[in-house]
Amino acid sequence: MLILHCPYCGVDADETDLHAGGEAHLKREGPGSTDDDFEDYLFLRENPKGVHFERWRHVYGCGKWFLAARCTNTLEVFGTYSAQTTEPPQEIKDIISEKRSGWSWGNLS
Amino acid sequence: MSDAVSALNGKVAAGEVTVRDSGLQGMIILRGDLADKKLRSACKAVTGLAVPERGKAVVEGKSGLCWMSPDELLVLVPYEQAGEAVAKIDEALSGTHYLAENVSDARALILVEGEFGREVIAKLAPVDLHPDSFGVGDFRRTHLGQVAAAFWMVDEDTFAVICFRSVAEYTFNLLAASAKAGRVGHLV
Repeated sequence: MLILHCPYCGVDADETDLHAGGEAHLKREGPGSTDDDFEDYLFLRENPKGVHFERWRHVYGCGKWFLAARCTNTLEVFGTYSAQTTEPPQEIKDIISEKRSGWSWGNLS
Repeated sequence: MSDAVSALNGKVAAGEVTVRDSGLQGMIILRGDLADKKLRSACKAVTGLAVPERGKAVVEGKSGLCWMSPDELLVLVPYEQAGEAVAKIDEALSGTHYLAENVSDARALILVEGEFGREVIAKLAPVDLHPDSFGVGDFRRTHLGQVAAAFWMVDEDTFAVICFRSVAEYTFNLLAASAKAGRVGHLV
């Protein structure tokens, strides 16, 4: 069972209190983008065995979206952070680097 | 004007831990900037209480304020005063970005009274209810069994549980079954 810390409520929320929202840090491609970029935005997703960044919603709690960094292999959670970010905060990346040296995800590492 | 009746209409399941309908309770959803001075003073004006910190509830009798989310409070007032309280809030906050709505008749309030009330709730909700983690004044939105609910501790032996009116019967029966099944012995 996954337990994520909601950065808005400050509580550890059980998976049953949450709703998964897919991959984090998608950059929207709208009208005027190339077909390749649009396809990437609409259909192509990371599916790693290891470090992953996801959107979660504290649906039975405050109802807010937040982002989580975790390992899909071990279910270890590296941290959660505000959804109002375009990439993970440095402290989250540092924690991951400490535990999974040489990690990469999309264009992050 | 018809007589308002609470969803559970005074239902009681007596036992070592008693589950009872708390009756009609005025409840107002207030969304807005919780740091805003106007909003804070409007809350004070209708409840006489100060806006609680994150994850807390301040309740005195039938009046109270519960922290629902970073931009939402549940304002508790006596049932008959809910309409008037909304009007007061509307007046105080006009011109700002906010929402106040009387939801008294959309909800039910249930009391769980007894020594192992903690365990009655802990069996149903994915929340750490150890006395070191959850005490009087703490407020939590979560789910009980299959339905959304929120609760706070009124005192050491009393929990107040809020759920939607449409699932009041289910929530009551769930709590009553949990109480009837007896203590676990972990959280005393």
